[in-house]
Amino acid sequence: MAADFVSDFWHWFIVIPTVIGILALFPLVILNRGKKTADKPETMGHVWDEDLQEYNNPLPKWWLNMFYITIVFGLGYLVLYPGLGKFEGIWGWSSTGEYDSEVNAANQKFGPLFKKYAAIDIETLAKNPEAIKTGERLFANYCSTCHGADARGALGFPNLRDQDWLYGNEPAQIKATILNGRNGMMPGWQAALGDDGVKNVTEFIFSLSRKEVDLDAAQAGREHYNKMCIACHGPDAKGNKQLGGANLADNVWLHGGSRKAVMRTVAEGRQGRMPPHKDFLGEDKVHILTAYVYSLSAGKTQ
Amino acid sequence: MSTENTYNYRVVRQFAIMTVVWGIVGMLVGVIIAAQMAWPQLNFDIAWLTFGRLRPLHTNAVIFAFGGCALFASSYYVVQRTCHVRLFSDKLAGFTFWGWQSVIVLAALTLPLGITTSKEYAELEWPIDLLITAVWVVYAVVFFGTLVKRKINHIYVANWFFAGFILTIAVLHVVNSAALPVSFTKSYSAFAGVQDAMVQWWYGHNAVGFFLTAGFLGIMYYFIPKQAERPVYSYRLSVVHFWAIVFTYIWAGPHHLHYTALPDWAQSLGMVFSLILLAPSWGGMINGIMTLSGAWEKLRTDPILKFLIVSVSFYGMSTFEGPMMAIKTVNALSHYTDWTIGHVHSGALGWVAFVSIGAMYYLIPRLFDRELYSLKLAEIHFWISTIGIVLYITSMWISGIMQGLMWRAVNADGTLTYSFVESVQAMHPYYIIRFLGGALFLTGMLIMAYNLYRTVVGAKPHEAVIPAVAH
Repeated sequence: MAADFVSDFWHWFIVIPTVIGILALFPLVILNRGKKTADKPETMGHVWDEDLQEYNNPLPKWWLNMFYITIVFGLGYLVLYPGLGKFEGIWGWSSTGEYDSEVNAANQKFGPLFKKYAAIDIETLAKNPEAIKTGERLFANYCSTCHGADARGALGFPNLRDQDWLYGNEPAQIKATILNGRNGMMPGWQAALGDDGVKNVTEFIFSLSRKEVDLDAAQAGREHYNKMCIACHGPDAKGNKQLGGANLADNVWLHGGSRKAVMRTVAEGRQGRMPPHKDFLGEDKVHILTAYVYSLSAGKTQ
Repeated sequence: MSTENTYNYRVVRQFAIMTVVWGIVGMLVGVIIAAQMAWPQLNFDIAWLTFGRLRPLHTNAVIFAFGGCALFASSYYVVQRTCHVRLFSDKLAGFTFWGWQSVIVLAALTLPLGITTSKEYAELEWPIDLLITAVWVVYAVVFFGTLVKRKINHIYVANWFFAGFILTIAVLHVVNSAALPVSFTKSYSAFAGVQDAMVQWWYGHNAVGFFLTAGFLGIMYYFIPKQAERPVYSYRLSVVHFWAIVFTYIWAGPHHLHYTALPDWAQSLGMVFSLILLAPSWGGMINGIMTLSGAWEKLRTDPILKFLIVSVSFYGMSTFEGPMMAIKTVNALSHYTDWTIGHVHSGALGWVAFVSIGAMYYLIPRLFDRELYSLKLAEIHFWISTIGIVLYITSMWISGIMQGLMWRAVNADGTLTYSFVESVQAMHPYYIIRFLGGALFLTGMLIMAYNLYRTVVGAKPHEAVIPAVAH
């Protein structure tokens, strides 16, 4: 677009060499094409390296024609499409224009279907097999990179088929998560707790879901927990869906459930970032995605 | 000096032998990363062996080590023999050999360590870039110095192509590698954003155009008429396609950046010039193949000529495919898919490697004044490599077009039919076929190495006396 050219100089700087360059190809081939002679071709009369010689056959006709066609096509293209500096081409085509018109056409074609679904509440939509199929395809393209094709997550990426939800699995909560994204931030406690403190807190956390723990350490850890962890993870350590505080009393470990992994979580903290999809997908598609994700865990106990 | 009446074959021999060695090394790395594409666990979780580090090692090794040595060897041989003089300076020529080998060894050390500028085909960091510049300037001095003292007034066509390649690569390398060093092993490009991308592909495409095309056309223009014992088909065609090719190629880079942040006008220019490039490229193919007219029967019995002529055919095929893929509508399907990889390898294996192999079969026995040990083995090499190339290219065509179609397939509800990982899964059988194709090509190289070893073992280096100029 014209914005690339800060002055007319640069416009002509592109136009002149381009046009002259392409046109100069005509005299190059026309002046050198040569004539066909009936006799055997003559060599140029030079001999290199004992026996290297050159005939001087004329340029093949089919080759010349091919050359002319590509040159004429090229010039025609530069008249119709942007190419010669800030001249936009008589067809007024641009790549952003093409993109916008394709997106508009797709919205017109598929928009009504998504609009129809958007009017249905999520619990009902989650029981509509057609909508769920669409939701599953959206999920495969936009969500599976992190959450897995089967939605069972991976280390650091939540499983969406279980009953453990950082921010809740009510329809409105899921929709808010997809629309606006989530920023999970657990600070590191190494500096405040020291090595023993980190170990003790870990033992306390393990005591909530496992039997084999060092009871003295867990007891010491409980005191740290009540001071430092309780605000986000709650008095019963079952988490806080308002803040995204994880439930520590179950056996689901987003960042790994080994002693080493949990100690690292306590010491260094963890960051989790789910990107927002509102502008990218639009509310209507997010609505169907929500129904799909909701259907994965709703009404299931495991 | 007494050496003045002989050719400098020493430096040609050095580069010719290293052509075979680096060819095997570079293609071996290629086969390894092809296997990793099919079986990713083959990186053994070792950082140095991961695809991201070995891939630039593969491209650098085959382009600059294998291709580079082939170009040095043949250009030094051809410029001497067609000018009827010894190289301008033995010392400087020796410097280019040891300098270039140092560049290759440094590349082989730094790239697996992850030291990279991340610019494709220009990954080497700034100290190595400086060494390349020094070697290249000396190369130019030796080559043009030899041309200047030639005993024949007319400059043979192969030398025009070598000269164009040497000059243009110097400019491309210096501009694209301009960078601000922050430490001995790290620098930042002098360009930013879309300008950086444009400079990168101006360089990248002309590395193909001048290094891998013009340079190797120089090889073609000497070795085909020599091996066929026929005059070049048309002098005027060589003039026209030389000037058309060097003028047109330099504009074609933007076709690597279709549908990106590069302004529309620059994309259009790249596409238009890529299309116009078709005929100039084919000029070289016509001159190569038609040189054989009147001597077609030699193709039946001469495996060296088979390599050379088939190389020109692959050249014609990839220079038709290239302009076609530069058309935006085609590019929308082909870009970012394996089709591009297939296209590159029909040029790299079919054209560059085959013409180099043909030239080495011609050259190496003559450098030691021996006959080739076995024509039969060369024949076997030819067929194994040809099957390898066909497997490689067809598997990448199929998988590339399939990828492109899968990525754009849309359901009735407007959602994409396939997730990305499903397209990756669909590639798997083709990646295995591609690996087999590459392995066959590598096998051919090993047969060649054995054949050439048997040819030269025990031979004394040949000192060729400069013949008198004819007429």
